[in-house]
Amino acid sequence: MSKKYILGVYKDDHDILVGAKKIREMGLKITNVWSPFPIHGIDPVIGIPRTRISMCSFLYGATGTTLALLMFWYMMVHDWHIDIGGKPNFALYKNLPAFIPVTFESTVLCAAHGMAITFLLRSKILPGVTASNPDPRTTDDTFIMQIEVKDTDNLEQIKSALKSTGASEVRV
Amino acid sequence: MSEIVISAVRDPLVLGEKSYHQITEDVCRPVEGKANKWWWMSFTIAFTCMCWGICSLAYTIGNGIGSWGLNKTVGWAWDITNFVWWIGIGHAGTLISAILLLFRQRWRMSINRSAEAMTIFAVICAGLFPVFHTGRPWLDYWMLPLPNQFGSLWVNFNSPLLWDVFAISTYFSVSLVFWYLGLIPDLATIRDRAITPLRKFIYGTLSFGWKGTARDWGRYEEVCLVLAGISTPLVLSVHTIVSMDFATSILPGWHTTIFPPYFVAGAIFSGFAMVLTLMLVARKVLGLEEYITIQHIESMNKIIMLTGSIVGVAYITEFFIAWYSGNPFEAYAFINRAFGPYWWAYASMMTCNVITPQLFWFKKIRTSVIATFIISIFVNIGMWFERFVIIVTSLHRDFLPSSWTMYHPTFIEMGIFVGTIGLFFTLFLVFARVFPVIALNELKTVLKATSDKSHKNIPHHE
Repeated sequence: MSKKYILGVYKDDHDILVGAKKIREMGLKITNVWSPFPIHGIDPVIGIPRTRISMCSFLYGATGTTLALLMFWYMMVHDWHIDIGGKPNFALYKNLPAFIPVTFESTVLCAAHGMAITFLLRSKILPGVTASNPDPRTTDDTFIMQIEVKDTDNLEQIKSALKSTGASEVRV
Repeated sequence: MSEIVISAVRDPLVLGEKSYHQITEDVCRPVEGKANKWWWMSFTIAFTCMCWGICSLAYTIGNGIGSWGLNKTVGWAWDITNFVWWIGIGHAGTLISAILLLFRQRWRMSINRSAEAMTIFAVICAGLFPVFHTGRPWLDYWMLPLPNQFGSLWVNFNSPLLWDVFAISTYFSVSLVFWYLGLIPDLATIRDRAITPLRKFIYGTLSFGWKGTARDWGRYEEVCLVLAGISTPLVLSVHTIVSMDFATSILPGWHTTIFPPYFVAGAIFSGFAMVLTLMLVARKVLGLEEYITIQHIESMNKIIMLTGSIVGVAYITEFFIAWYSGNPFEAYAFINRAFGPYWWAYASMMTCNVITPQLFWFKKIRTSVIATFIISIFVNIGMWFERFVIIVTSLHRDFLPSSWTMYHPTFIEMGIFVGTIGLFFTLFLVFARVFPVIALNELKTVLKATSDKSHKNIPHHE
C-alpha cells in the first residue's frame, strides 16, 4: 500500500483552520502545513505537541551561569590572586557582587545562542539547505495542508470537504 | 482557537485595505526595484563621511591617540561620549522588538525590523571607540580572559570596564541573532519571488532553506518570545553597566547611584529619537506611509516625552543631591557644570532634552511629521551633549587646581565621529536595499484584526 498525499491550497488562514478541523474529524492525518506566517491555534488541531525549546534555553542558560562562576573561581580566586586597591579576591562568595554582571551576561549569551542553534538544527534551516515548501506562494499569501491518504479512503469526499471549507485548489 | 480581536476603539495599524499579497509587494518593492536618486545621493554623502572616518582612524593607528585632544586631566572625552551616545541609540531597537513584544504592543511590527537593524549598526559604531581608545587596537584581545604568557595574569573581573566588554559583545551578538532569525522567513519570501537565478541563489542561501511548516512556526514563535524575554533584562543591563563605568568611580559628578536608571531612560530617549529621524525619512523615500503611520509616530513621541521627563527629573535630582549631600566637591562639580566654562554645553543639553520634548504634550505637535523630525534631531543633539557634559565637565576640574584645563577636540577626533555617522547611514541604506525593512510576515498576522477593511465591518459605538 503506497502512501499518497493530497494538498489543500487555501488563501486564508482562518479557512485552513476550519478545513483542518474538518479533515481531522474525518479521521485523516494531516502531515504538514505550510504558511507564510504562524497560524495561531493550528498546532493542537493537526496534532503537534508544544515545542520544548524554551526548556532547552533554560538548560543552556544554567550552563552559562555555571561556566561563568567556574571561570571566576579559577581565574580570580584559585589561579592568580590579584590584589587590586587592597581588595583581594579571597573567596568566590565574598567577591560575588562584582561578578554578577558578567555572570548575567554569560547566562544570556549561552541561553540565546544555544536556543537559536537548537532551533536551526531541529527545524533543519541552515545555510545551503534547499527549501522544500511545495509552492513558492506559501511564503507570500498561500496556506497549504498536506493530508496523508490510504488507498481505501474516498478521495472525492476529501476533495469536497476541502472545497467546502474554502480551498482554492486541491492537488493529489 | 485563534480569535480575531477587532477593537472598535483603536485605529487601524495598516492603512489602505491591504491584502496579504499586497503587503509582500509593498515591502519587497524597494528590495527588488532600482534605487532612486534620493538613495544614491544619501549613500554618496554617507559613504564620503565614512571614508573620512576611515582616514582619521588610520591616522590614529599610525600616530597613536596623541592625535586626539585628550590631555592628562581630560583622559576621556569625545570617544567615550560617542561610545555612550551610540550605545544609547542602539537600545531603542531592542526595546521596540523585545519589550513591546512582551507587552503585546502590536504597533511595533511596522518598525521593529529597521529599529533592530539600527541597534546593530549603532553598536558597531559604538564598539569602534573603546577599541581604538586602547591605542593599540591590535592588542585588544588582551581584554578577553585568555590563558597567556604574562605570568598567568587574568583579566580583572572586578572592573566595570571589563563588564562592559562582556555586556557589549553579548548585546551585539544576541541582537544580531534576534534580528537575523526574524529576517529568515522574510528572506524566504524574497527568495520565492525571485526571478533571476542569482537572486534566488543569494536569498536562498540567506534564508537557510526556510519552508514555513507549522512545526517551524511553533518553534520560531517560542524562540522569539524567549529571546525577547532575555533581551529585555539584557538591554537594561547593558546600559546599567555602561553607567557603572562612571558610577563606580570616585569622581564628583560621576559616582552617583542614580546613574543606572538615568542612563537607561536616556538611552531609550535618544534611541527613539534616532528611530524617528530614520523612519520619517525612510517611510517617505521607500513609500511606506501606509505601514508607518501617524499613529506609530505618535506612540513613539509619547515614549520620548515620558523618557525625556525622566531624564529631566534625573538632572534636577542630581543637582538637588549635590546641594543636599553637603559635599563641597560634589556641589562644585555641579555649579561648574551649569555656570563654568562649559555652561553652553549644559545649556544645550537642558534645552534639547528637557524643554523640547515637553512640546509633545500638544497633540498637534506630536502628530506632525515635520515637528517630530525637528524635535528628534534636537533630542539627538541634546543626548550627545548630556554625555559630553557628564564626562568632560567632571574631568576638566580636577582635585588639583594646578591641573585644571580645557578640552578641545582635534580634527581627527571629529573625523572619527563623523565617520561613524557615515558608517551608520551607509549600513542602514544598504540594509534598506537588500533586506525587507518591515517584518512583512509578522505584520500579516495582525492584518485582519487591524486593517481598514476589518474596521469597516464592525459597528461603531456611538
